[in-house]
Amino acid sequence: MEALLKIENLSVGIKSPAGKVQAVRDVSFELHPGEVLAIVGESGCGKSMLCKAIMKLLPKSGKIEGGRILANGIDITNYSEKDMRKLRGKLFSFVFQDPMSALNPTIPIGQQIAEAILVHEPKLPKEQVYNRVISLMELVGIRQPHERYKLYPYNFSGGMRQRSVMAIALASNPKILLADEPTTALDVTIQAQILDLLKEIQVKLGTATILVSHDLGVVARCADRVAIMYAGKIVEIGTAEEIYYDPRHPYTWGLMQSLPALNKGRDELKTIPGMPPSLVNPPAHDAFAYRNEYALEMDYHQQPPMFQITDTHYAATWLLDPRAPKVAPPIGGKANV
Amino acid sequence: MSEILLDVQHLSHMFRLSKHAAIQAVDDVSFQIKKGEIFGLVGESGSGKSTVARCIMNVFKPTAGKILYHGINVCDPKEFRRNHKMLEATRQIIFQDSASSLNRRMTVADIIAEPMQIHRIKPPRGSYRAEGAFQLYYVGMDDSYLDKYPAELSGGQRQRVAIARALSMEPELLVADEPVASLDVSIQAQIINLFKHCNRDHGHTILFIAHDLSMVEYLCDRVGVMYRGKLVELAPTGELYANPQHPYTRALLSAIPIPDPIAERNRPKTEFDELSFDKDGVFTEMAPGHFVLRKENNR
Repeated sequence: MEALLKIENLSVGIKSPAGKVQAVRDVSFELHPGEVLAIVGESGCGKSMLCKAIMKLLPKSGKIEGGRILANGIDITNYSEKDMRKLRGKLFSFVFQDPMSALNPTIPIGQQIAEAILVHEPKLPKEQVYNRVISLMELVGIRQPHERYKLYPYNFSGGMRQRSVMAIALASNPKILLADEPTTALDVTIQAQILDLLKEIQVKLGTATILVSHDLGVVARCADRVAIMYAGKIVEIGTAEEIYYDPRHPYTWGLMQSLPALNKGRDELKTIPGMPPSLVNPPAHDAFAYRNEYALEMDYHQQPPMFQITDTHYAATWLLDPRAPKVAPPIGGKANV
Repeated sequence: MSEILLDVQHLSHMFRLSKHAAIQAVDDVSFQIKKGEIFGLVGESGSGKSTVARCIMNVFKPTAGKILYHGINVCDPKEFRRNHKMLEATRQIIFQDSASSLNRRMTVADIIAEPMQIHRIKPPRGSYRAEGAFQLYYVGMDDSYLDKYPAELSGGQRQRVAIARALSMEPELLVADEPVASLDVSIQAQIINLFKHCNRDHGHTILFIAHDLSMVEYLCDRVGVMYRGKLVELAPTGELYANPQHPYTRALLSAIPIPDPIAERNRPKTEFDELSFDKDGVFTEMAPGHFVLRKENNR
């Protein structure tokens, strides 16, 4: 299958008073048409910056320092802002974390969705635009769209706002949808609805989705593939089944063990000790070594390469080296749920 | 254990929006918290759980109802004034957003010592600074943070400082209003462990407010479910999760994400029909300790 989006050895640096923050370090992955890829990691691990780099929406102090972004086989790494504008919305769209700040509070919802349509088709007649807006609102599950066309964001609840943001993102039939923690600001019940909506849209329109989250529990519902990020790097990537039932990286183990759902009856929740390292001067060896109870001597000397486990499953840990001692994963398999 | 510390009776709170409009944020809520237990309060945003917490802490004055703490009605100004020292010293609250609940112009050491200074409590460990260092150590941070400002800390560290400030008073009742909602999963686990430790080793009674039901299941002894200002179900945790009675509780429980892709994809979800919600039900005891809001006539 031809990859819709291909990231090759992407690195992003951000200038800060403390020095250059290496937010994304040497990340490579592919996104196939019609799949949901989830990127999971703690805050500060570079997952949002990765998304922004793909859309080229980096802050002024940020810069892509190496690697390539291939969309539909075309290298867009050096595209100018003008060229990117033509792609945004059409090729990829962004759903932000906080729906309140993503919407303009002074413009009715319907008009904001219409605006997103008109950017790419400025000559579309008014009536057709209106009909498109209504069908988009229906698609994302906003009931009574005719009445709600004229309502303002403050009339909407959090879940409805997030639906509106998704309608705007889907306005020009993008091939890729980047959703940056779309449910973090929402309640459990609404969260489940939005995740189902994401899946439904992906089935209906065949949109490939990159879903960014910090919660492995949330991701299980709709991800086809999962990538675990730590300190600016992807440390494990595989299909959802492989990641949940057969995790290989100690960081993935730690993330899963800290979920209360997997700790039933246990006296204390397992935690990952310590904090993620600063990315101003990231260690040359494995960045997770200090927090890793399974760390080997090797982890303190050299960055582990990506070891292949199956055709789709890769993990960067020295534990997978043939010379390493065998460690039984503390979690995984279907028995633990 | 069975001594009742906090008794909330028919609590109602209404926010006046204008002359003609008002929001009934809390509507006739009654529950009791026993000494030494962790009581969870869950519900979607806007269900009134934070308002209940703030009424208990005397931040809001309830429109109707009584809150008895150690038998003292904290809503009655006269009774409150007579006992205000005890009330202020033994009840502490932790807010959801630690970025706005800590004074950004004070150092961590000052923030932690402030409640003790206000109540003129002699620091048991010699100096306020030593006390600050001890409390920080207790919540899992070292004393190098004493001279830092909240802006220099990460979200998880700030939340710990807020907890250290509340714990410095050795409170009998700790009200935690969504203390982990804004934190990462691995940090959440650390904070939850801390609460569990406080409760087990120091006997603090905790009112834990959250919308993450898996956390509540793990942490709390008893859980109350709120919906639109009403308490719709109240039961011991195991009982509630195994045998939910109210349709809203069922919908809420079915929305908890489970970290298992195959099971999760095939799991049916229960939707809750807003229109079917009956505000005028009666809080009935279905099983010992298990209360449900339901219509009187279908008993």
